[in-house]
Amino acid sequence: MFRRFSALLLGLAITAGTVQAAQTDITIGMQLEPPNLDPTAGAAAAIDEVVYANVFEGLTRFASDGSVKPALAESWEISDDGLTYTFTLQSGVTFHDGSTFNAEDVKFSLDRSRAENSTNAQKQLFDGIESIEVPDLQTVVINLSAPNGALLFNLAWGDAIVMSPDTFDKAKTEPVGTGPFKFSRWVQGDRIELEKNPEYWGASAKLEKVTFKFISEPTAAFAALMAGDVDAFPVYPAPENLAQFEADPRFSVVVGSTEGETILSTNNKQAPFDNKLVRQAVAHAINRQEIIDGAMFGYGTPIGTHFAPHHPAYKDFTDNSSYDVDKAKELLKEAGFEDGFKTTLKLPPPSYARRGGEIIAAQLRQVGIEAEISNLEWAQWLEQVFRGKDFGLTIVSHTEPMDIGIYARPDYYFQYDNADFQKLISDLTLETDEEKRNIMFQEAQEIIAADYVNGYLFQLAKTGVANAKIEGLWENSPTQANDMTEVFWND
Amino acid sequence: MRSQRNLFIGAFLCVLFLVAAVVSFVWTPYDVTQLNIANKFQPPGMPHVFGTDHFGRDIFSMLMVGARTSIAVALVAVSIGILFGVPLGLFAAANRNTLIDEIIMRGNDLVFAFPALLIAIMITAVFGPGALNAIIAIGIFNIPVFARLSRAAALSLWERDFILSARVSGKSSMRISVEHILPNLLNLLLVQGTIQFSLGVLAEAGLSFVGLGAQPPIPSWGRMLAESQTFISFASHVVIFPGLAIVLTVLGLNLLGDGLRDYFDPKLRQSIPELKKHGGTH
Repeated sequence: MFRRFSALLLGLAITAGTVQAAQTDITIGMQLEPPNLDPTAGAAAAIDEVVYANVFEGLTRFASDGSVKPALAESWEISDDGLTYTFTLQSGVTFHDGSTFNAEDVKFSLDRSRAENSTNAQKQLFDGIESIEVPDLQTVVINLSAPNGALLFNLAWGDAIVMSPDTFDKAKTEPVGTGPFKFSRWVQGDRIELEKNPEYWGASAKLEKVTFKFISEPTAAFAALMAGDVDAFPVYPAPENLAQFEADPRFSVVVGSTEGETILSTNNKQAPFDNKLVRQAVAHAINRQEIIDGAMFGYGTPIGTHFAPHHPAYKDFTDNSSYDVDKAKELLKEAGFEDGFKTTLKLPPPSYARRGGEIIAAQLRQVGIEAEISNLEWAQWLEQVFRGKDFGLTIVSHTEPMDIGIYARPDYYFQYDNADFQKLISDLTLETDEEKRNIMFQEAQEIIAADYVNGYLFQLAKTGVANAKIEGLWENSPTQANDMTEVFWND
Repeated sequence: MRSQRNLFIGAFLCVLFLVAAVVSFVWTPYDVTQLNIANKFQPPGMPHVFGTDHFGRDIFSMLMVGARTSIAVALVAVSIGILFGVPLGLFAAANRNTLIDEIIMRGNDLVFAFPALLIAIMITAVFGPGALNAIIAIGIFNIPVFARLSRAAALSLWERDFILSARVSGKSSMRISVEHILPNLLNLLLVQGTIQFSLGVLAEAGLSFVGLGAQPPIPSWGRMLAESQTFISFASHVVIFPGLAIVLTVLGLNLLGDGLRDYFDPKLRQSIPELKKHGGTH
């Protein structure tokens, strides 16, 4: 009897022991599943959210505060004329398939991304690179045709990661990188699993296993978190539920910033929006706070131009387009639309767009503009609005970092064509002095704010919900990423 | 009698929603297109009987206008079904056991074989979301229901003596169909129409739920449900009332349909036990 009892005790002690050891696996919830896993072959944010800094690395990388840090490049030197960048690479780096990483891989990857027939979604990142040389296997030299103050920043993007020439063609389904996690399994429609890379060259990851689980429905996301099926939802899709998570001691809610400028995109080539007075009237008819409260339940920072408020170069232009119904009506009268007009408002699925759109339609109605809402799925939105340019107004959040340059592309979907602005941006690209660049960024912000190119609504907040015991998740979203290297369970 | 009580309850519920829909044309307690964010998630009570939603709109007013959308879509869809389905069925019955009968009925089977909601989603995906496309989509799927029903009933009528005497007197089969057969089908059509109507309300709610029905700012019960899903844990009234509206309307129409069937002819109950299956759009 006693023996049996002690055996039972021993059994209890063993189970208790396993319970106490800190958990080493984590399940991360994401709303959208990536279409593939090759960040050099697609624009979808979900690709980077799985593989950036976890599986793939580039020469430089973004840290959690948005600063650019060395990654595969240990250090670099810039020539005095700003035309030659010499990168010294980390030593002892291997790809997940065991092959050794060297300078030839860097040259191959960058040459492939900037090639004429490249399908890279952010090809402009490589503009101005004239040639890439490999003097020895630990050194890469990038020659530029003109100085480029943003080169190190550009190389930190997910679209500029390094792959091996042996495995790049399989990266869409079986990515092989140099990062702290290896790709292990993709169950289509459900989840992607990564496991720790024991051979990682840097400080190794604290978790053994990371699972990204895809849950598109906000209701299901809520249930999955509550039931513990998902440990963290870095970008939780339903801000209305955050108050409940905040009140629950099992969870921690972290509200940070993103690079997502949420704007009322306006078709600058379509009548009547080709008239600046009309765009100005729209800007004054919008009550930003009401949109933030109504659509985002208070999460979001009002913006008056296309720039992230947490950036040092940001200038507040919200007064330039303050909520003023009388002024909006006057401007419409001046533009010859005293009785208002009808237009279309095409909305993609996220709740900032669907709810925000309904609020904006109601606000525009106050000044006599009848915006007919149609709700579109992402594929339809890309087809009709983004590629087809068949829209009057739409709402979308531009989540790429430092993307004010899109206003210099007259063929971009909102079709803003201003030669002065285009000149400013090309000058800005050549400028390497940080302070001067910031001044030029401010000029750029002012031009588009004064031209009322789009309705500037708010900066999307990063509303993350996680198990309170998890530490090391990014608070802000300086780029589209879920860097899991530093994440651990603090039991 | 039980069936009469059903008829009464059903009729009461239907009249209730009909009145709400009609009154909403001239009066609602609040303007449903007017947002008032500061006033959101007011609980049921005074001055908002059913509370307010996430935009501070009065839910009672929205349900009134939403009834209009539901009834309009379902009514037109059922009318399309009757308008096209009944002549097809009568024509097929008049030409029974010929190639034309075969073609019409197999065509019906073809439409019938597809899950209605799926095709409705396809139609609205191709031609764009909106109440009009929802009407057309639901309407098309009512055609075979009425075609089959009227053909089956007409076939048995064609064997009757009074039809025989009409044929002997030299009337064309077309004339017989319209003058003698159709009047004898009216009760049957009314019963089936009521049941199809309830399925139309459900289909409209389903399409709106997935975002393919009436577009904002026109309130629709299905979309009210879809939009308020994430609020259920802290403002359940936003979900409950549109849900109840759908349930009670569909229940009312079904009770009314059953009651009418019993009222018109107790014997009918034996002759058309398959009635409801015809309406199986789900």
